[in-house]
Order: sequence, then C-alpha cells, then structure tokens
Amino acid sequence: MLIESGSPVAADTRIGISLTINGEARQLQVAPWTTLLDLLREELDLTGSKKGCDHGQCGACTVLVDGVRINSCLALAVMKDGAAITTVEGLAGLANRGAGSDGLHPIQEAFIEHDAFQCGYCTPGQLCSSIGMMNEGHAHTRDEIREAMSGNICRCGAYTNIVDAIEDVMQGEAAR
Amino acid sequence: MNRFEYVRAGTVAEAVQAFASGAESRFIAGGTNLVDLMKYNVERPDRLVDITRLPLDSIEEHEGGLRIGALVTNATAAYDERVQARYPVLSSAILAGATGQLRNAATMGGNLNQRTRCYYFYDEATPCNKRQPGSGCAAIGGVNRIHAILGASEHCIATHPSDMCVALAALQATIRLAGPEGERQLAIADYHRLPGDAPQQDTNLKPGEIVLSVDLPAEDFSRHYTYLKLRDRLSYAFALVSVAAILELDADVIRTARFALGGVAHKPWRDAEAEALLQGRAPTREVFEEAADHVVRHAQPQSQNAFKIELARRAIVRGLTQAAAGTPQPLSDKRIA
Ligand SMILES: Cc1cc2nc3c(=O)[nH]c(=O)nc-3n(C[C@H](O)[C@H](O)[C@H](O)COP(=O)(O)OP(=O)(O)OC[C@H]3O[C@@H](n4cnc5c(N)ncnc54)[C@H](O)[C@@H]3O)c2cc1C
Ligand code: SF4
Ligand code: FES
Ligand code: FES
Repeated sequence: MLIESGSPVAADTRIGISLTINGEARQLQVAPWTTLLDLLREELDLTGSKKGCDHGQCGACTVLVDGVRINSCLALAVMKDGAAITTVEGLAGLANRGAGSDGLHPIQEAFIEHDAFQCGYCTPGQLCSSIGMMNEGHAHTRDEIREAMSGNICRCGAYTNIVDAIEDVMQGEAAR
Repeated sequence: MNRFEYVRAGTVAEAVQAFASGAESRFIAGGTNLVDLMKYNVERPDRLVDITRLPLDSIEEHEGGLRIGALVTNATAAYDERVQARYPVLSSAILAGATGQLRNAATMGGNLNQRTRCYYFYDEATPCNKRQPGSGCAAIGGVNRIHAILGASEHCIATHPSDMCVALAALQATIRLAGPEGERQLAIADYHRLPGDAPQQDTNLKPGEIVLSVDLPAEDFSRHYTYLKLRDRLSYAFALVSVAAILELDADVIRTARFALGGVAHKPWRDAEAEALLQGRAPTREVFEEAADHVVRHAQPQSQNAFKIELARRAIVRGLTQAAAGTPQPLSDKRIA
C-alpha cells in the first residue's frame, strides 16, 4: 500500500516505495523493518554491499544515498522512499566521466593499481565511502583522509594502500 | 527486530498526534541509534513516527545566534560556515564523534536523545535499571571502566555518550520543544538528567515531546576554544573523557570561562564553582589545575575506572591550556600531547 502522511501503516503491511537503484527506477514493496542493506542483499540480489556487523561499526555496508555515504544497515528502506541509491554494483555506471579502460570507476582502478585490498570483504564499503568522502570535499591531506575514512574497518589492514589509492584519484581530479 | 506500525509525519502537529495515539511510540530520525537498539531488542516500539520529512532541516539566524533545526544532520551542522566561524567548539565536538557515514545520517535531535553505551544496557540477558526499571545494575561491580565518576547513583552509573552535547553544554544552548501541551524551551543544562532513582529517564522531555531546534546564543567564543576527546582509539571510539572549553580573555585575564566534560556522568558535566575560580585570574597552568582539582574533588570511582579521575583532571588542564593559547587540536592531529 501507499503511504498517507500522518496515518499509521499496520505492522503486517508491505509499503510501496520508489527507489532509483544504480540508475534504474524501481517500485518496491517493503516491510517497514527491512533495512536498506537487507533490501539490497536479500530482496534485490545486490550482494556487493556487505554485512560486517549490522550495527554501524564497520562500514562494510556503506552505500551512497543521493550521493551521500551512509551505513545501509542502520537505515530503514521505507524511510528512503524517493531516493537514489548507488551501491558498488553501480560505481562503474557512475563513472561515465573519466572511466578507465574496462569501464570501472577511477577509484576502482586505483584500488587495483595500489593493491588496496586483500580478502576484499570491506572493499565495496571502502569504495562507496571514498566516493562519498570526495563528494564531501573536506579531506585534503593524508591525515585528513585517514580520519575521514575511519568509518571503514579493514580486517586485512590494507589501510595505507587504500589511502594511496584515494590520494591518487584526488590528485587526478585536481589535475583535471 | 519486533514488528511495528510506521507513520510518516508531514507536519510537527501530525508527528505529535501520531506519537500520542500509539501505545509505545518512538520518533525516528537518522535511525543510527534507534535501529541499532531495536536490533538488540532494547527498544521495542510498536509505532515508529518517521520525522525526517518535517521542515526542521535548516540553520537560521536567530536573535543574533543560530537556530539549528532538529533534523539538520550532524555533518551539515559541523561543516556549516556560520557554525565553523562562530561556534567552532561545536563543529569540532561533532566531528570528534562517530564517523563520516554516521554523521551524514545522524541528526541534532537524535544526537541529543541518543542512549548510553553501557554494555549491560545493550545486553538483554543482564539486569539493568535503565532498560528494565527495578532489575538492578550489572555495571556496579561489573565491567565499568567506561562508566561515570560524577553524579551517579546506586541505581545507575551510566554516562551520556554524546560529544555534541558536551559542546552544547559549554555554549549554553537552548532546546526548543513541541508536545501535546504546546511548545516550550529547556536550557541544555536542564535537558539531560542525573540517574537518581529513575535511570530509565535520560532527559526531562515529557512523553511525546519532540525537539524542534537547538538554539545557540549570540556569543563569540571563536578565538579561545577546544574540544579535547580522550579515548581508547584515536578515531571511531566514544570518549573516556572529553572536555569542551571556551574562554574569553582580556589581555592576560580570564573574563569568562566555561567548560563541560563528557564521558564522566549521566549528562554533560559542568561545575559552576570551578568555572568561577577561573574568572579574573591569569590563564596559567596553576590556575587551571586549581579548577580541575575542584571538579574532581567529589569524584567517586567504580571498581575499574579510578583512572578516569586523573584522566579528567589532566584533560581539563590540557583543554583549558589549548583554549587559552588559541591552539585547538584538530581531529586529524593524533598527537597525544
Ligand atoms: C558505531 C557508532 C559509533 C558512534 N560514535 C559516536 C561518538 O563517538 N560520539 C557521539 O557523540 N556519538 C556517537 N555515535 C552515536 C550517534 O551520534 C547517534 O547514533 C546519533 O547522533 C543519533 O542520531 P539519529 O538522528 O540517528 O537518531 P535516531 O536513532 O533516529 O534516534 C535516537 C533517539 O532520539 C530520538 N529522537 C530523534 N529525533 C528526535 C527529535 N527531533 N525529538 C525527540 N526525540 C528524537 C529517537 O526517538 C530515539 O530515541 C555513534 C554511533 C554508532 C552506531
Ligand atoms: S549503569 Fe545504568 S545502564 Fe548500565 S547496567 Fe547499570 S542501570 Fe543499566
Ligand atoms: S554492516 Fe553496516 S556498519 Fe557494519
Ligand atoms: S581487504 Fe580484507 S577486510 Fe579489507
């Protein structure tokens, strides 16, 4: 059912929402307690975004909502009605400008170039977080990048290479 | 997570009405604290009132100060040019908390109303007077190194975890509210409460009241301030002890001194007598030590957190020294001293 402002939707009802996911407009029916992360992974088969902790503590679930990075594990899907979501699966598509040879986003290219991952579990979150951080535009030095990326934990400890990759892309953008 | 009804509010009146007509309602904004607690079954609302579409998301000039809407995100507030220029201690405190992702979702109203990080509060299997009144307090005599050293009670020794609220306490912000009985205001000092014998109540909000805005007074503490946060890791960790300090200096004399502590009590902690000790004095280490000693004179340690008393004392001295020198510590600067 559709939402009418101010009137309660009963607990057992699926609610109709619209989301643009990686550029594609979707009409979806969601239970109100479904998190954005569970919607992506369990219902839409977009398993790139990872569930590391499910409590906002690791950043593996980071996605972009209208270009802003958030933890999708702590967001209720129903509350994002009308938003545009970008997950790791959509990053290549986001990069119509300056895409690399195989169509990847420059930050993806840079992660490969700098060996910025080992097991790869944190990587989708790191990538989305890096793009969100660059959109924010507040981090400039290496120390500032590290602080701004502190919401993404990497169990393999690829941190220094992740910062290298981000710096590389930031310098490229500045040069452009 | 339990099952709940969902209401999307379009106006404040609708939100207040929808809250009041549910049995166990909660407002939800960024969701970064509430959804987390619902996953642990600590919060089990039967109705969520989604307030994210209310028109409370702007920062406006107000009586010479700023009025920050309850739905302004922590990130927007911290990076707002007016906040950075006029209330840098607030910007710095917000940026010391959580992470980029969390601050993008977290709101002013949600930050004010976030709940304690006491381990037992989060763990349904243990007694906790805050979660279940009358069940006891597992933290007393338990794992309590993060707990209070000031203003605690035999019923609860939890701390308020917010960084933002510590700066708001020093800045003497006013919180504007609406509820079933209309609008009212609370000084930040009266917003949060000490646990006493009702630790289930974190604040003096009446049932169903919603925060509309955080109002900052027309004062200028942009030269002499610092937010100093001491914690187990240098990023992405709650404060063991934090200090928001703001000073007004006239040549070499302290005209006004205000400082609040985080991580030590059930609310941001201010000590009017200690602040008064600083007034009219020179900003020297000895004077700062006197004020710091005064703050901790009645501190009461728990079994594992006596270290916090000395930590608080040193944090106050260092915070006031940084504020006086006009050398606040940026968050990306991880030097210990
Ligand atoms: C991993 C992690 C680390 C963190 N680290 C820090 C840290 O270092 N420092 C720090 O300060 N914080 C930290 N936080 C907490 C974070 O700041 C809070 O979760 C956030 O500020 C809550 O805001 P929200 O809008 O998401 O609130 P919500 O989760 O939506 O709501 C929280 C509470 O506030 C109530 N509420 C929300 N808006 C209003 C309103 N307008 N009127 C009345 N009631 C309202 C809700 O009913 C609920 O009870 C951390 C959180 C996480 C998950
Ligand atoms: S300190 Fe407070 S929140 Fe923690 S267990 Fe005791 S009563 Fe509960
Ligand atoms: S899964 Fe969301 S932060 Fe860990
Ligand atoms: S690459 Fe393994 S967790 Fe980061």
